[in-house]
Amino acid sequence: MRQSFIARNPSVLIFLACLAVFTLAVTLMSHALGAEMISTSFIKTLGRTLCLCLVAIAMDLVWGYCGILSLGHFAFFGLGGYMIGMWLMYARTEIIVAESLANAAIPPTPDEVRDAIGSQIFGVVGSSDFPAIWAFAHSLPLQLALVVLVPGLLALVFGWLAFRSRVTGVYLSILTQAMTLALSLYLFQNESGLRGNNGLSGLQNLPGVEAGQDWISLWFLWASALALGLGYVLCAWVVSGKFGSVVRGIRDDEARVRFLGYSVEGYKLFIFTFTAIIAAVAGALYYPQAGIINPGEVAPIASIYLAVWVAIGGRGRLYGAVIGAAVVSLVSTWFTGGMVPSIPLGVYTVDWVDWWLVLLGLSFVLVTLFAPKGIGGLVDLVSARVAPDRHGADYGPDKGALREEEGRK
Amino acid sequence: MSALLEVSGVSVSFDGFKAINNLSFSIGEAELRAIIGPNGAGKTTFMDIVTGKTKPDEGKVLWGELSRNLLKMRESKIAQAGLGRKFQRPTVFEDQSVFDNLLMALKNPRGAFACLFYRPTRADRARVGELAEEVGLAAFLSRTSGELSHGQKQWLEIGMLLAQEPRLMLVDEPAAGMTLAEREHTTDLLVSLARTRAVVVVEHDMEFVRRLGCKVTVLHEGSVLAEGSIDHVTADPRVIEVYLGR
Ligand SMILES: Nc1ncnc2c1ncn2[C@@H]1O[C@H](COP(=O)(O)OP(=O)(O)O)[C@@H](O)[C@H]1O
Ligand SMILES: [Mg+2]
Repeated sequence: MRQSFIARNPSVLIFLACLAVFTLAVTLMSHALGAEMISTSFIKTLGRTLCLCLVAIAMDLVWGYCGILSLGHFAFFGLGGYMIGMWLMYARTEIIVAESLANAAIPPTPDEVRDAIGSQIFGVVGSSDFPAIWAFAHSLPLQLALVVLVPGLLALVFGWLAFRSRVTGVYLSILTQAMTLALSLYLFQNESGLRGNNGLSGLQNLPGVEAGQDWISLWFLWASALALGLGYVLCAWVVSGKFGSVVRGIRDDEARVRFLGYSVEGYKLFIFTFTAIIAAVAGALYYPQAGIINPGEVAPIASIYLAVWVAIGGRGRLYGAVIGAAVVSLVSTWFTGGMVPSIPLGVYTVDWVDWWLVLLGLSFVLVTLFAPKGIGGLVDLVSARVAPDRHGADYGPDKGALREEEGRK
Repeated sequence: MSALLEVSGVSVSFDGFKAINNLSFSIGEAELRAIIGPNGAGKTTFMDIVTGKTKPDEGKVLWGELSRNLLKMRESKIAQAGLGRKFQRPTVFEDQSVFDNLLMALKNPRGAFACLFYRPTRADRARVGELAEEVGLAAFLSRTSGELSHGQKQWLEIGMLLAQEPRLMLVDEPAAGMTLAEREHTTDLLVSLARTRAVVVVEHDMEFVRRLGCKVTVLHEGSVLAEGSIDHVTADPRVIEVYLGR
């Protein structure tokens, strides 16, 4: 009866193997290794897709497993991006400023350097002073800590308020939308100290790194793959065992879980905060590959897309979320990138850049109605073929016949 | 006499309708009690109040030696204090196995972190096996509980209640959907359980209650109509009028 974690979750091993093969294949086909089969920009797209898969896993945990339809997890994703973006921008500008001041007759004082960095970064919003929230931007370790702390604390406070007052269902979804909307409106203001609608840019350049973008893109691909792999194992571990039982119980009947003596609020808060941190880490890896982050990224619609990916991929199973995010976001890049030929209908030409959203909405509705298990549900069809679940029934006509336990070996 | 649970002067109304009206009730350690009453008498609502699901408009609910006020506690804290409940409609976690259902109910630390790092010990597994044996589900441990029959789900829920090892068990219509033999098993089980803990059984089947052979409280329109032995209450003219006479 007693089995190891891997034996109970064979999908983890399969997933890790697929991820490793994918990463290796992309690496071998990259510019950096001289193969020139995949462009550097496409490697960045693939790396970003891995980050989206990671945030989709977080979404699956909070929605598919715990039943909380959070429509605000992209706020945490974006915050993670902003936190790392602050260091990237500061450190890079610092190098540029140092170079330009190096030829000055009198060596610049630290204050002068800081002012120069400030006017470089905040010139676009008509300011040159560092807002208080940039206090740690000079330090990579501190800013990395903030990647986890800022979204984590926001989720903790928001979740505590919401769950303690027992806000559930559609009301909670609306509340999370309000949260991400409020964050994006706040960031849009120049006074927010994060360059308003300009956002943070130039994030693709790693300060002090001489290597070209072909190598940097590969490093980020590896880092994203590693984060996705670790995130997958961690989430699979969290939902296995008794904790997972309780969390799924909360999704199915939270009152019943309460009467068993579990504090439902505490569990929800744990899952909400934990997934917010995963989302933040995914965001911190995503935006250096995107090169720019602006308040539009945390607009309410982004979090809704996230839910659509997970629904299409199949919620309640981690690989479903990964499949959904990968398929939908890559197909979306394909359609919106103008790579799909338009369909001339005589009077009207179907331009996929505009019609892609209609297609996505339609597939969402169709999946919800006809295939609630999503793409991941296909796996059930296959595994049911391979090993029919006999629910402990014997194979043969009498007790002497082969038992299911024996047959499995 | 030291009461384990003491309910006094409790009233609750839903949109002006008084579901519970100045109800008082008390039960001691290791006592078996049956509550009977016609449909809508407020039996389930009474359990809702005691377990913290419904907050009454007035009255007191005191628990244990320290006379803790249950009305100030959350559902999960009340359950941790030792009140276990079986619902009228069997409520088990249908997409989880019988084993997982029982393991979740097993008396162990309930905190999120304790649960995250929890791995079932040999003793826990043995206990789950014992419980499954007791409720006749030993052969079904790995089955998804949604696949069980209605009666088996009742048993599973009773098993989950036992796993919690509560000091007071509130059992709402346990025999619904059970065969005659299962009903007898249920009465025997309840009687033996009541030797070590308090058990409150809600039932409207008079024969079932008679077999329990315990003190009976008759509920009508949200308050106690009569209390005593089964023969005493069935002889009460008011009880005959509102309940038995129909
Ligand atoms: N949440 C509620 N809202 C409104 N009315 C309720 C609620 N719960 C119970 N009632 C009403 O209270 C009365 C008592 O119900 P209940 O306790 O379920 O009766 P019993 O279990 O004795 O059959 C019924 O008339 C029922 O309609
Ligand atoms: Mg009832």
